[in-house]
Formats: sequence, C-alpha cells, structure tokens
Amino acid sequence: MDKNYHDIPGTYVFDGTQNRAGYHLNMFCKSLDVEANRDAFRNDPDVYLDRYPMTAEQRKAIEDRDWLGMLQLGGNIYYTFKIAIFDQVSMQAVGGMMSNMTEEEFRQMMINGGRSVEGNRSKSEGN
Amino acid sequence: MARITAGIGTSHVPAIGAAIDHDKTQEDYWKPLFDGYMPAQEYVEKNTPDVAILVYNDHASAFSLELISTFLLGVADYFPPADEGYGPRQVPGVEGHPELAWHLAESLILDEFDMAIANEMPVDHGLTVPLSITCGQPDAWPFKVIPLCVNVIQYPQPTGKRCFKLGQAIRKAVESFPEDLHVAIYGTGGMSHQLQGERAGLINADFDNAFLDDLTADVDRLVNIGHMEYLRESGSEGIEMIMWLIMRGALGEQAKEIYRHYHVPASNTGAGLIILEAA
Repeated sequence: MDKNYHDIPGTYVFDGTQNRAGYHLNMFCKSLDVEANRDAFRNDPDVYLDRYPMTAEQRKAIEDRDWLGMLQLGGNIYYTFKIAIFDQVSMQAVGGMMSNMTEEEFRQMMINGGRSVEGNRSKSEGN
Repeated sequence: MARITAGIGTSHVPAIGAAIDHDKTQEDYWKPLFDGYMPAQEYVEKNTPDVAILVYNDHASAFSLELISTFLLGVADYFPPADEGYGPRQVPGVEGHPELAWHLAESLILDEFDMAIANEMPVDHGLTVPLSITCGQPDAWPFKVIPLCVNVIQYPQPTGKRCFKLGQAIRKAVESFPEDLHVAIYGTGGMSHQLQGERAGLINADFDNAFLDDLTADVDRLVNIGHMEYLRESGSEGIEMIMWLIMRGALGEQAKEIYRHYHVPASNTGAGLIILEAA
C-alpha cells in the first residue's frame, strides 16, 4: 500500500493505523455531542475520562489541549474539534495553536489568501 | 421520466451557515462571498427542481468511527438538522423523497454500486449549508432532498474516478424513474482547505480555479486526480472535491457552465460555487 502521504509536511492523514491508535480518544470527543456528557465532563473531567480506555499520553494531550499531540496520537480533527466547541474555541484559534501562530495572525493569513502550497508540498523534495 | 437537468457545486463551510443564521452576510468580511451567491439563488428560484440529490459528507455528526460507509443514501421522508455542539441549526427540516431514493438505491446496487441505506439520520452543515447558500432563508426548503453521504474523513476515500462513475450510474437510474420529475444534483465540500496540523490554513486558488475550469473543459483530467494530489495540492480536507465529480458524472458527457463564483477565504477555506447544466 502506497503511504507516501507521510511525505506531506504538517499533515496527519487519518488512515487505518491512525484510526486504530485513536479510536477511544476520538470516541471520547464524539461523546461530547450529548449535553449530559458535556455536563458530566465539565463536573469531573477525571472521572469522565476514565470511561475511555486511552493511553496516558492521549489523556494528557486532551487535558493539555495539545491539538497537535492529539493528531499525532490518532486524533482526527473533526473529532478533536468537538473539544474546541466544548471550550468555545474557534477553528482559527486551533489552526493557530497547531501552527505556532495567534488566532489573529492565523485569521489575517487567511484574509491574505491562506497558507501557500509553495514550499509546503513535500518533505523530501523541499518544495 | 425523471431527468437531471442541473448540477451545482458548492463549498459547505459551517461558518457560512453561521453567518447566515446570525445575520452577518452584509458585514465586510462576508459580503463579497454572499454577493456572489445571489445569482445562484436567482437561478435556483427560476429553475426550482422537484428533488435535489445532495452529495455531501457527514462530519462525525450522524455517524462516528463505529460505522464508516463509503457511499450512503438517505431514504427517509424527513431528516432533522443535527446538533453539532451548538444546538441544531435553526433551519427548516429536510424533506426526503423516499420513492426516488429507493429507486436509486435499488438501481445503483443492481448496477454494482453497493450503497448503504439509512432510514434515520440527522443531517449536519454539510447538507444544510448548501441549501442555505442556494435557497436563502425560506420557511421550508423549496424542493425535496435525497442525501447522498460520502466518506471523505477516513483514508482511503473513494477515488475521484469511482465518484464520477457513480454519478454516471445515478443519471441512468434517474432516467429510469417513471414519474416526470425535474431533478438537480449538488456536489458539495471543498474547495482547497486544510484544518489540521502545522500546514493548517493551506489554500491553493490555482488548483481550485483549474478544477472549476475543467468541470467543463477537461473532465478526464479531474477524474484522474489521485489521493496524493488532492492531499498535497488542495490540503487534507480539499479531497472533499471528489464529491463534485459525482455531480459532474450525473450531468452526462457534455455540460455547460452557467455561473461561477470563487472567494478566499470563508473561514479556513477557498469557497467555490458553480452551476452547470447538462448540454
């Protein structure tokens, strides 16, 4: 199987390996769709997180709101973003935190046309 | 017989729906985008279909990692807006067309496209934002909708070529439906965007504009774009554009461009819209 998408910089392709690694992390995120679950998580995050058999690293990434770390440990952005909705944090703020920018810098980059593909295509080719 | 006369390609960015719902469309940030949507609304008002097949993806709303369907048809007579964490969008519920939807499911499966079938599912911004973009804010949507949900989150997504062929099979299936129905098809999502990782915020306007051009000029090129090219050139979420190829396949060999609009940014996305007619 061709996995050369690992050559794309700064991009975590959600393949079977990621799905397996991140299943419980993502299903925790998905559970926040339900208001009663959001209340339970808010009231006692530790007890709530115990319901999901995650690795210690995954749990710490959630507790630290380490958005990149969650992706690296199998999180998928559509799932992890449910934590951002819970925190009332915008997609542009999360985009900034993943790429070392403030929310305002990220927003301005988008207004200026977004992040260029030039120089961002390939780790091996450096283009 | 039923016939597919028009195809609409459009982005389905959730922030576009929020701008409509919170009355922000005339603010400086949003006005250029929404000005470009007005001709599309006029077109849909003048050429209102009886039914629209709306190709979209669910964003971990109706479905989760428990069950991942590559292609899924909604056959219900009603689909409620999903709660995506903010409460459901305050938009009309979506009325289905079970007779045509079942006809599609049966025809497509016998034609070797193995569709999953959903009798109950909420629909998220992927489906309701294209309706808002092209219909505004009516009390009820002006046509019935058959949701066709495509997996674009879990790699590997279906190929663009497979999507195009599914579109061709949809055209055949619609034309074998006896009732005289005017059917439109929406391909939604995209255009270039990446929500995740250090490369978040990627936009490739050249890629997007060439994609819009080649929906009429060089469909073969689009059909042969592979996963790597979408991921690399249009961002990890730009691969949603494969859904536009279902729409394009359903229009037949030749299609005519009626209108297009492209604007950067809508939140983190290159927002495109195109109206095509079967030639």
